[in-house]
Amino acid sequence: MSADLAPHFPPRRARVHEACGPGMHGFAAMLAAQLEGPVLWIREYWRPEVLNPLGLSDILDPARLLVAQVKDQTDALAVAEEALRNGSLKLVVAELGEPLGLTPGRRLQLAAKDGRSTGLCLISEGNGSNAAETRWRCTPTFDPEGLDSTLQHWDLIKNKSGTLGFWHVRWDREAHRETHRLRVVSAPGERPGAAHATG
Amino acid sequence: MPVSDARAFCPGLQTRTADPAGDTRFLHALRRWATRYCPWVGIEGEDGLVMDITGVAHLFGDEPLLLADLRQRLARAGFSVRLGLADTRGAAWALARFGEGEAPPGRMAEVLAPLPVAALRLEPATATALQRLGLRTVGDLAATARAPLTRRFGPEVMMRLDQALGRQPEQVTPLSDPPHYGVRMTLPEPIGLQDDVMAGLARLLERLCAKLQAQEAGARMFRLTLRRVDQDAQEVELRLARPLREAARILPLFERGVSAVEAGFGIDQLRLAAVQVEPLPVQQVSSVPQGRSDQLGDLITRIGTRIGLENVQRFLPADSHIPERAFLIAPAAWSEPGGAWASLRPRPLRLFPPEAIGGTGPRPPARFRWRRMALETGRATGPERIAPEWWMSDEAWRSGLRDYWQVDTRQGRRLWLFYTPQAPGWFVQGEFP
Repeated sequence: MSADLAPHFPPRRARVHEACGPGMHGFAAMLAAQLEGPVLWIREYWRPEVLNPLGLSDILDPARLLVAQVKDQTDALAVAEEALRNGSLKLVVAELGEPLGLTPGRRLQLAAKDGRSTGLCLISEGNGSNAAETRWRCTPTFDPEGLDSTLQHWDLIKNKSGTLGFWHVRWDREAHRETHRLRVVSAPGERPGAAHATG
Repeated sequence: MPVSDARAFCPGLQTRTADPAGDTRFLHALRRWATRYCPWVGIEGEDGLVMDITGVAHLFGDEPLLLADLRQRLARAGFSVRLGLADTRGAAWALARFGEGEAPPGRMAEVLAPLPVAALRLEPATATALQRLGLRTVGDLAATARAPLTRRFGPEVMMRLDQALGRQPEQVTPLSDPPHYGVRMTLPEPIGLQDDVMAGLARLLERLCAKLQAQEAGARMFRLTLRRVDQDAQEVELRLARPLREAARILPLFERGVSAVEAGFGIDQLRLAAVQVEPLPVQQVSSVPQGRSDQLGDLITRIGTRIGLENVQRFLPADSHIPERAFLIAPAAWSEPGGAWASLRPRPLRLFPPEAIGGTGPRPPARFRWRRMALETGRATGPERIAPEWWMSDEAWRSGLRDYWQVDTRQGRRLWLFYTPQAPGWFVQGEFP
């Protein structure tokens, strides 16, 4: 368990970050909820998994979301670059299926710098680009106490300007202030009272 | 008369489907052409034009010469027309349909007298009733006492008679030309550089936007036609995410399209048309800056030029319990964000087509394999029963009722499973964050 999450999340503005692991979509949604303003989500239209706005509405208002349906990764990167450079969006999320090379990664980074918006690439494990500012591995974790079933393990596995770390977080559906809805908690086995709950 | 009867009379008969909309369009085109004779041209019924030639006949010689000229020009274009000219609109109508020709000034009653009463623009039922009374011609009607006729048929008959004979006034309402949103520029020397085309386009846009401004309209779609020296033409289409009329904002959006144009030996004519135009009323300038939404609209247009404007979408709520139908996906350019999102029960973040897993019985299986992963159920919340919508036949819901369970596996993944009691089987349909 690392120290405070606040310096690391939300990650640095005007940079492109990466997330991988089975919980990456949740990570993207929670990051979007922390930032204000419209969000562009880029996905390839032929993929069977679709975002469910009703599920999303627990985390952020789906009215803030625009979805761009692209045909392949080339288009996805082009749209992401255009959107990042424009600057009217706070966050651009791109679902990428193929490995991302250094050149396209660097181009995204420069576009994000120009437009002062944050980019997030959702990649499959090991497909990341060296140009990414940070990379997070997100895995949902089983919570034996069964609080509200949003416990996640966020592992910061690459950081260009800082230290690595890992945190257990859960999403507080009930809290009203959007900025305080992300709670850092201790790992499931280490909580007071956990011993007799599991044993 | 049915077609088969008509064929029996005339074996060589050719039939075409009627196209009333096309006929109306054509009539409007003809109306526009007819303004070469006089400015006051209106549409008369479904198949006629009415022209007020007061004060223009001398330009063509006199009235018979004008008629002859009109007939000759239309005959050359392949039309057969019936023309009538008279002092009043009603009399001209009667002459065009029942007599053809010209009524000399002041002698309308004489000319109209032998025509049937239907020539007075009466309802067919009224005309038949008048004929049954023995009033077959306009002359008969004019000679009859007015009061009993008005009592029997209402004021319309006498009004029409008076209008035809000039005792009551009747105006011709000219249709105004719809605004034309097209401008062009012909160049003395061909151009080929992208900057030159953009400079020409900037001038065209300025003129077109001034037109749009005057009509309080905004363009949704532009078409730029570049004619090349070798008579080939290249088209650039620009579809906008929201109606616009600011030249400075539209110009950069053309860049991508213009850069793809093949100039060949050079371009010597530019033509810019606003193909789709929407009303765009002047907005109150407010102290709160609204630059953000404009910028976002431009971004949607920009992205749309690459991936298609309908592929930039947003979610809208829909009223349904079926998870796949609880939201609509609408193109962002043609919709506004809105509606309230409310789910009574937790819904997964991502949905996918149901994937079958092994399992029996109405309780979630304790262990199962999904996507080559061995998973173990840690906690199951449910069931939530959702019945198919009987008023919509959906292939995916043929298996009947579904009992949805939220299953937290010990491996971490939180899945949305459902069991179909009417055709026993377990499926995974979604994943929670």
